[in-house]
Amino acid sequence: MIWVGKQTRLLVQGLTGREGSFHALASRDYGTAVVAGVTPGKGGTVHEGIPVFDTVADAVRETSANASMVFVPPPFAADAVVEAADAGVPLIACITEGIPTNDMVRVKAALARRAAEGVAVRLIGPNCPGIITPGECKIGIMPGRIHKPGTVGVISRSGTLTYEAVDQLTRLGLGQSTVIGIGGDPVNGTSFIDCLAAFSGDDGTEAVILIGEIGGSAEEEAACFIAGNFGKPVVAFIAGQTAPPGRRMGHAGAIIAGGRGTAADKVKALEAAGVAVVRSPADLGSRMKERLGR
Amino acid sequence: MKVHEYQAKSLLARYGVPVPRGEVTDNPEEARQISKRLGGRAVVKAQIHAGGRGKGGGVKVARTPDEAYEFAKKILGMTLITAQTGAEGRVVQKVLVEEALDIDRELYLGITLDRGRGLPSMMASKFGGMEIEEVAAKDASAIVRETIDPALGMFPFQARKLAFALGLSGESFKKGIAFMPALFRAYTEMDASLAEINPLLVTKAGDVLALDAKMTFDDNALFRHSDIKAMRDLTEEDPLEVEASKFGLNYIKLDGSVGCMVNGAGLAMATMDLVKLAGGEPANFLDVGGGANEEQVKNAFRIILSDKNVRGVLINIFGGIMRCDIIANGVVAAVREMGLSLPVVVRLEGTNVDLGKQILRESGLKITPADGLADAARKVVEAVR
Repeated sequence: MIWVGKQTRLLVQGLTGREGSFHALASRDYGTAVVAGVTPGKGGTVHEGIPVFDTVADAVRETSANASMVFVPPPFAADAVVEAADAGVPLIACITEGIPTNDMVRVKAALARRAAEGVAVRLIGPNCPGIITPGECKIGIMPGRIHKPGTVGVISRSGTLTYEAVDQLTRLGLGQSTVIGIGGDPVNGTSFIDCLAAFSGDDGTEAVILIGEIGGSAEEEAACFIAGNFGKPVVAFIAGQTAPPGRRMGHAGAIIAGGRGTAADKVKALEAAGVAVVRSPADLGSRMKERLGR
Repeated sequence: MKVHEYQAKSLLARYGVPVPRGEVTDNPEEARQISKRLGGRAVVKAQIHAGGRGKGGGVKVARTPDEAYEFAKKILGMTLITAQTGAEGRVVQKVLVEEALDIDRELYLGITLDRGRGLPSMMASKFGGMEIEEVAAKDASAIVRETIDPALGMFPFQARKLAFALGLSGESFKKGIAFMPALFRAYTEMDASLAEINPLLVTKAGDVLALDAKMTFDDNALFRHSDIKAMRDLTEEDPLEVEASKFGLNYIKLDGSVGCMVNGAGLAMATMDLVKLAGGEPANFLDVGGGANEEQVKNAFRIILSDKNVRGVLINIFGGIMRCDIIANGVVAAVREMGLSLPVVVRLEGTNVDLGKQILRESGLKITPADGLADAARKVVEAVR
């Protein structure tokens, strides 16, 4: 288990919105301690039994929240993330899709400044399903019921494709330690490597499924890391083997630009690092079972 | 979002980026008048979103206003086929008539996001007029880069480094180091995802200008740039893709025969891959999103079927948030309304899956259910054979 668990105390930025409310309650139903909501101007009210605050700083001071889930609309989401970081929230999962790239560049700079001051903030996403440690804590929009506690870590740039992999694992009797959606945007908070490094040091994780897609070079960088530092079995799938170059495939970051970021390059790099790359996403679960010798 | 060259240049000029004098028109007679105002000699340039216009006959140098008229008459309305348009080409609706300048050197300058570092990067190369990817493939050291933090702006030393690397000197050095920060400001303040000046022109007098300009803007940031958003030219886009965007659907037309309707971008890409693995070719990418309603599913279906190449449809839904019964109702309604004759394979998984399957079964329609990803792909590929 990495980053989130029974100890997590979640606050929700954008709690009183339709999406925020729906998923905050689903997370609470799953067993997550949802301790606060933040909606500027609605401080002092109570939403579905959850106290609402005007600022993240107020929420943290009053409830000792140690994680935030961001459902704030795209034009204001970057501001919400930095507000959470400024209030000392160590883990922020930003679900919002459609944040301008320049805003994310600014967020990264703000987080880097805090890190330089010795305050580490982990941002997951944006444009992601969130993070879940099955049986303990769900932060995000993933369907909780398909998950099962266990020892396979899952990292992915895609939402529904992650559910697909988790569902296969669960059906084969393989539970998950922690499942992280790192998001489909070109600039994001947590990388494959951050997740791999954490899984590497986690005794509860035996093996990892990595789901990448076309665009950028995050998978190639992950391959480099795996080749040098990662001792656990990895099974991977890269989406977009048939995607045409120059077209953005739904996710802002899923684009083959200037001949770079193709699925073929990523598959090659991962295989060279000893990763079992499946050609069909339908084989993710069964290949993992094989690798684990079960 | 892409814009035309003339639009990019007008936007860049606002930031003090030097561009040649010129005007855009859709009328040959006006092209003649513009050429006169420019002093006679002029370049007539077809305005389409694709590159490679010169080789395709879309860029002509006119020595006189009469020639400008003749070239404009020829280019306007022509179907221009370039390396980037595909075989169908693009119909030219506007020409840019610009002053013809004395060329001393043609260089390259571009800005795009360095995804690894999460910061914009300015690239410069001495090989203007060549595709930057081509330069990179031939000799990566021919491209020099400076990563720039927008919060700090471009430092003068960074511009000097690039200018020295480009071999600028004297007057052109001074003009060059002023050009670069202006271009960078334009890039960040307008939320561009690409600004490419290729070629960057150095004149015999030492002036530095954007001879061509290509800009792409971050779709997610268009809400704060209504002026740029208004420059969108729908005639440059695929009509089906434009139609899909009206309903909040993410659709990209491809060349195959298996129409795909999927929720989630990653799963949609993976579904295309599965179709290919099973021996078929996907007709499209279509992500109906995480919270699609019955109406959206209906429209998605209609758009898939408007593609005449489609011979079968694969619906692949992993309902996390999305309920399978809503999808099933949308599919049934769409099939009823359109009187479908093509095979449809449906794979449903997730919330209310049993109810969804029941709705499909009881509809009495010829819909083939599938169990799992691989089964779905196999069934639809068999059906279109």
